[in-house]
Amino acid sequence: MRDARYAYAGTSRQVLAGVDLDVDAGRVVAVVGPNEAGKSTLCLVAAGLAPIAIGGRLEGSVLLAGDETAGLAAYQAAQRCGILFQNPATQLSGTTSTVWEEIAFGPRNLGLDIGAIVERVEGAMATLDIAGLADRDPQRLSGGQAQLVALASVLALRPSLLVLDEPTSQLDPAGTRLVGDALSRFAAENGTAVLLVEHKTGLVARIAGEVAVLVGGRIVERGPTAEILADPALAEHGVDPPPAVRIERAVADAGRSGDLVGLDLAALEMEPITGSPLPTGAPLPTGTPA
Amino acid sequence: MSEPAILVEGVAFDYPRGVRALDGIDLRIDDGERVVVVGQNGSGKSTLVRQFNGLLRPTAGSVSINGRPIGRRHVADLAREVGLAFQNPDRQIFAGTVRAEVAFGPRNLGLSETERDAAVERALATVGLAGDEATNPYDLGFSRRKLLALASILAMDTPIVILDEPTTGQDARGIERVQRIVAELSGTGRTVIAVSHDMRFVAESFERVVVMRAGRIILDGTPADAFGEAAWPTLASTYLEPPLAARVGARLGLGATPTEAALVGALTARGTAGR
Repeated sequence: MRDARYAYAGTSRQVLAGVDLDVDAGRVVAVVGPNEAGKSTLCLVAAGLAPIAIGGRLEGSVLLAGDETAGLAAYQAAQRCGILFQNPATQLSGTTSTVWEEIAFGPRNLGLDIGAIVERVEGAMATLDIAGLADRDPQRLSGGQAQLVALASVLALRPSLLVLDEPTSQLDPAGTRLVGDALSRFAAENGTAVLLVEHKTGLVARIAGEVAVLVGGRIVERGPTAEILADPALAEHGVDPPPAVRIERAVADAGRSGDLVGLDLAALEMEPITGSPLPTGAPLPTGTPA
Repeated sequence: MSEPAILVEGVAFDYPRGVRALDGIDLRIDDGERVVVVGQNGSGKSTLVRQFNGLLRPTAGSVSINGRPIGRRHVADLAREVGLAFQNPDRQIFAGTVRAEVAFGPRNLGLSETERDAAVERALATVGLAGDEATNPYDLGFSRRKLLALASILAMDTPIVILDEPTTGQDARGIERVQRIVAELSGTGRTVIAVSHDMRFVAESFERVVVMRAGRIILDGTPADAFGEAAWPTLASTYLEPPLAARVGARLGLGATPTEAALVGALTARGTAGR
């Protein structure tokens, strides 16, 4: 994106007011920012949906794998970029009766042969450990399950750019950890560029190589993850620092920093808890009690 | 002893296709309590709280509100006693303006226009949407639509308020606002029940934590009980993790420190004692 400015149809206010952002293949770039900063709009613009599908006025330049999105047809943008909306209920197609068919919906529309479709659906379900949901009705999932199914549907498209608008907002802590690990792996293995909008800075700290802070439609800070997330200005922008940073500060403010010497808080946060049946990467429950 | 705000006895609930979402739930929530329900995705949390306002009816067992069994009482009748803000605000929002959305509930309660306007104004101010009265709800971002859905429930002024994942999609200030609302509701004697995956919010804003796994309650206690080291295997069995403050407290041998404030307090107390 170069000086990308965008206003929704029928409005004059630029929700994006000059954004420069690059996401390279195989990299995870996170965007954080307060509510109403334009994060979801940034996702729509990056994916080309704005203006291709929803209209509005885009100025500046947005290139998707080398081509201006404004000149692409909807199907061309969809072949390059997969987008996960903030609300999984708006993502599910509503035309399928099982989770398996729902995840197959995208690959089928790409015109793949049946063998490739099966491979992609099973692969996406394995990545997120939701094979146990295969026969469930997509309309009758819990919020968190629906979010995992929506994400699996996008992964199955194997796009070159993945745009994720708060992909873990409805997940339990272990699910959040699993999705974080899965995204890191997916980006590295497939060379996928990932643009991640996320309020959970603890997750951002673990998986993003770079962080941009969006405020009022402009990127006000951008840099290596650890540096940006430790910046005291982050809280002034309405963004919560990661738990490790918060605790270090609170303990320092109480004059007790010495008590934390030798303790790596970020590592402690990642340690499986006592008796945990869930080391990193272990399967998620599928929520189908006997 | 007064009647409990909510009494759940032997409740089971099956979704179509035979998915058993609740299995033998017994739960008593007293008037004025601040309770949060946690558990893995699909453990039955939302299904449980939807039994409290009659949106879902148990397959077996019974639910009583303020001493009266729900039985066949209508959702509209129960809405005078129990307000429920949905996890997904778009399942709740339908009006063309923010004002009309929030006024819908009070109008159905039969309030006068003056009372109704006051209730709407108060609720919008509480969630920080004053000034957006004429806005179309769908011109608000997701986080503000969540706050709008919350305002609609606050305007009903029910003695029992249920918040399903209220901090989802909120930034730091939005979470603080939700925390303030929970404290204010509780301070004015309301019974507040939430469902949440946000363990810091859980530990900081609630006095009682109910942990669910596969449709059953597996732990019911204070945040110190729920996040203390002894409970970690139980938490892990339902894919939860204690907040980092609790991990640090356990590592430093400080006992249960479910919140950052508790951690700092314990460190300070130890420092003073050691002097």
